[in-house]
Amino acid sequence: MFYREAGDFKTSYEADSQTFPIAFDRYRYWAVLAIAFLVIPFVINDYWVNAIFVPFLIYAIAAIGLNILTGYCGQVSLGTGGFMAVGAYACYKLMTGFPDVSIVIHIILAGGITAAVGAAFGLPSLRIKGFYLAVATLAAQFFLVWLFNKVSWFYNYSASGQINAPERFVAGVAVTGPNTAPWAQYMICLVFLTVCALLARNLTRGTIGRSWMAIRDMDIAAEIIGVNPLKAKLTAFAVSSFFIGISGALFFAVYLGAVEVGEAFGIQKSFLVLFMIIIGGLGSIFGSFAGAAFLVVLPVALKVIGVDWLDWPTDLVAHLQLVIVGALIMFFLIKEPHGLAQLWRVTKEKLRLWPFPY
Amino acid sequence: MKDTVVPYTTPDGRTIGDVLMDMRGITLRFGGVEAIKNISFDIREGEIRAIIGPNGAGKSSMLNVISGFYNPQDGEVWFRGAKRPPMKPFQVARQGIARTFQNIALFEGMTVLDNVMTGRLTHMKTGMFAQALWKGRAEREETENREVVERIIDFLEIQAIRKTPVGRLPYGLKKRVELARALAAEPKLLLLDEPMAGMNVEEKEDMSRFILDVNDEFGTTIALIEHDMGVVMDISDRVVVMDYGRKIGDGTPDEVRGNQEVIDAYLGVAHD
Repeated sequence: MFYREAGDFKTSYEADSQTFPIAFDRYRYWAVLAIAFLVIPFVINDYWVNAIFVPFLIYAIAAIGLNILTGYCGQVSLGTGGFMAVGAYACYKLMTGFPDVSIVIHIILAGGITAAVGAAFGLPSLRIKGFYLAVATLAAQFFLVWLFNKVSWFYNYSASGQINAPERFVAGVAVTGPNTAPWAQYMICLVFLTVCALLARNLTRGTIGRSWMAIRDMDIAAEIIGVNPLKAKLTAFAVSSFFIGISGALFFAVYLGAVEVGEAFGIQKSFLVLFMIIIGGLGSIFGSFAGAAFLVVLPVALKVIGVDWLDWPTDLVAHLQLVIVGALIMFFLIKEPHGLAQLWRVTKEKLRLWPFPY
Repeated sequence: MKDTVVPYTTPDGRTIGDVLMDMRGITLRFGGVEAIKNISFDIREGEIRAIIGPNGAGKSSMLNVISGFYNPQDGEVWFRGAKRPPMKPFQVARQGIARTFQNIALFEGMTVLDNVMTGRLTHMKTGMFAQALWKGRAEREETENREVVERIIDFLEIQAIRKTPVGRLPYGLKKRVELARALAAEPKLLLLDEPMAGMNVEEKEDMSRFILDVNDEFGTTIALIEHDMGVVMDISDRVVVMDYGRKIGDGTPDEVRGNQEVIDAYLGVAHD
């Protein structure tokens, strides 16, 4: 009943091109933000933060990043794990090299470094497309993981080959290291996610977003309209890697605290983030959130239902999870390539006409 | 530079000015195939210039040479009084040449509005960081360009489908949206590759009207390829006729209609 465009007249182009043109959406958006910032930090405990909230927030940043590249610009990438590793190791080197600088700046710089690496690995995209590009980015994935294993400078010559996040503070509160309060972990990830999502939304609705989508939909026509394919593809790689780098830095510094590269940033991570955007919705910021939430919550929910309630063996539940995710991927690719976001959009369209659909 | 041509006024009151684009001795080869053989012609400011010819005559190749998809092996392209070096299509677009395609090349996943807005890309200069912040310069530029785009949307009478994804539109409307996207660039020269292909009589009339109006109101120079002779003869000022990569006729519709070689090319010649 409240979900209506009727009577909601726009009198300027600014108002017409805003993110949430329907008033109800706008209020809901502010409500979600308010709850995320003002309510959740006070009620969450360690279990919720580590099992659901922090991984969700971090994967959502990575999914936004990959969605810009794959969903908006149409360039398939399997190098997400590798780029997250670049963010993590860049952050580690910065944290240990310049201990007096704020961790926030380190994380942003780590994103910047990843952007440069991503743009370099994006160069083949100028020549190759589709599957072949996927294979090229796959090479990036394996090369980067190999590099961080092989060159001991990256992990400061530590005997274990691991990197460990030293304790760092933001405004006097520990956000990394063993003494971090759950709410502090949550808050720093939330702030980064909010800012990243806003930046991503602004980029995708403006000129640059349109040139990415033009390249995705028909590169020849894009070029004839004045899109420089080199610039569009490389900026997509750079911006995408920037977000992925930030998520990698947060994943290492805030979430795990200690990282062994092959284990934390292996090829599985690339596929996980790719599945998130496929299930969530290609070419949609909301889809990145939905996909990340879905794939973070699914294993936890299955474990709670299967192991805790139904007393199934753990391995059965773990296998069941693989089966379900695989089936869902196939379902979405065949039935709804635009994912949960499109299902949500269709629901909204129906809701707008409800209860008189004609 | 070729000596300038005297501007003149057409019977319906439009001014045809200087030479805007001059193709000199263009030769285009694909391996052993000569698609275009030493063709020269010019396009004058403000005119509607048609390129006609039977299938495979090299018309589309010629358009692709103008828009930078192909670089000719021989010959020179002069645009606005200067020789054009070999260019990429997006650089040609920045010079003020826009085009539509024979088989529609719209961005199917985007709305009509976004499609037409991409036409403004060459006019939008805000950097990436300003865009990421949105408020301020990026938003202002977006609004300014939106106003231009809305005028074109009005002009082509596609207001009602503004927010519809292009993939859902019928063929005739897609053609119109593609024209809108090309117009949004405010081109000096507009290239139309078979704007009326596959349309019924009514749609053809609409499209002809739009082409004439564009030429009349915006003063846009238009070069078009079209197979419907009725339309070509009605709306164009001068016609180039091609056959097997050669130019076999050039002149006003009436001159071309009387040209024996043109008649032969279209109707065939008796071989005895």
